Amino acid sequence: MQASVIVFPGSNCDRDVAVCLEAATGKKPNMVWHGNSDLPDSDVIVLPGGFSYGDYLRCGSMAANSPIMKEVVLKAQKGTAVLGICNGFQVLTECGLLPGVLMQNADLNFVCRNTRLIVDNNTTPFTGLYQQGEEVVIPVAHNEGNYFADDETLDELSGEGRIVLSYAPEDNPNGACKNIAGICDASGRVLGMMPHPERRAETALGGEDGKRMFTGLVEALS
Amino acid sequence: MKATVKITLKYGVLDPQGKAIEKSLGQLGFSGVNEVRQGKLIELDIDADTPEAAEKQITEMCEKLLANTVIENYDIQLNLAE
Repeated sequence: MQASVIVFPGSNCDRDVAVCLEAATGKKPNMVWHGNSDLPDSDVIVLPGGFSYGDYLRCGSMAANSPIMKEVVLKAQKGTAVLGICNGFQVLTECGLLPGVLMQNADLNFVCRNTRLIVDNNTTPFTGLYQQGEEVVIPVAHNEGNYFADDETLDELSGEGRIVLSYAPEDNPNGACKNIAGICDASGRVLGMMPHPERRAETALGGEDGKRMFTGLVEALS
Repeated sequence: MKATVKITLKYGVLDPQGKAIEKSLGQLGFSGVNEVRQGKLIELDIDADTPEAAEKQITEMCEKLLANTVIENYDIQLNLAE
């Protein structure tokens, strides 16, 4: 399985996620600069965490319009798996691959801590190695993670099982509607999530709950 | 042609910064502040032959980049005096 990681100016989790992907796939991922308009053949494309374009205007808004994103959207529409983590999730909403928007945290504070997450849908290529309803611990680190969408969209997401990850109800770190931590598109192959699985993928980092997202991807896509 | 674009959060969308400003104003002794909403102002200087063309172009800019219409409204003001 070949992975590609898109690198925007201001991405800062690109190398961490590349380490996780390489550990899972046995192959170095392609690191693709945002200004490229060619994307090498990939089974999964990862939009990493960070502060693309300094979060100017709105988080993810500039990155969503960078040259490589046209290719990412085309590949996603053709069925390539896309994982957006944190800033990557913000980019996915800004480019229209996922609905809604990530607003500033309700208490106006940057939040950086472990969160307890419920796996609400384990049928996506990203979550196949988790049990349905399993509680896992994965850290968040963001200032804009407060998921918002209109009621109709929220009903659609929950009705179609597209809320893939939610914060444990008493552990919502940002005020997100329906405790949403991660959602997928209608095909299930585009996942955006605020928590950072790459930051909890080795016991040396405090746990391995995030690792199964990468090893699960390999099982699902190989 | 010069223009300003005012971007505000739609009503019904929680504005935590506005709430924080409102609270601070109260703490400073300003009473009777019923609500504060904050947004952004973008100034543009663009080439356009007519005001209509300018407005059309800026509307497209707002839809594509300047505003996120899921949560934001935008208002375009052309400065025709200059």
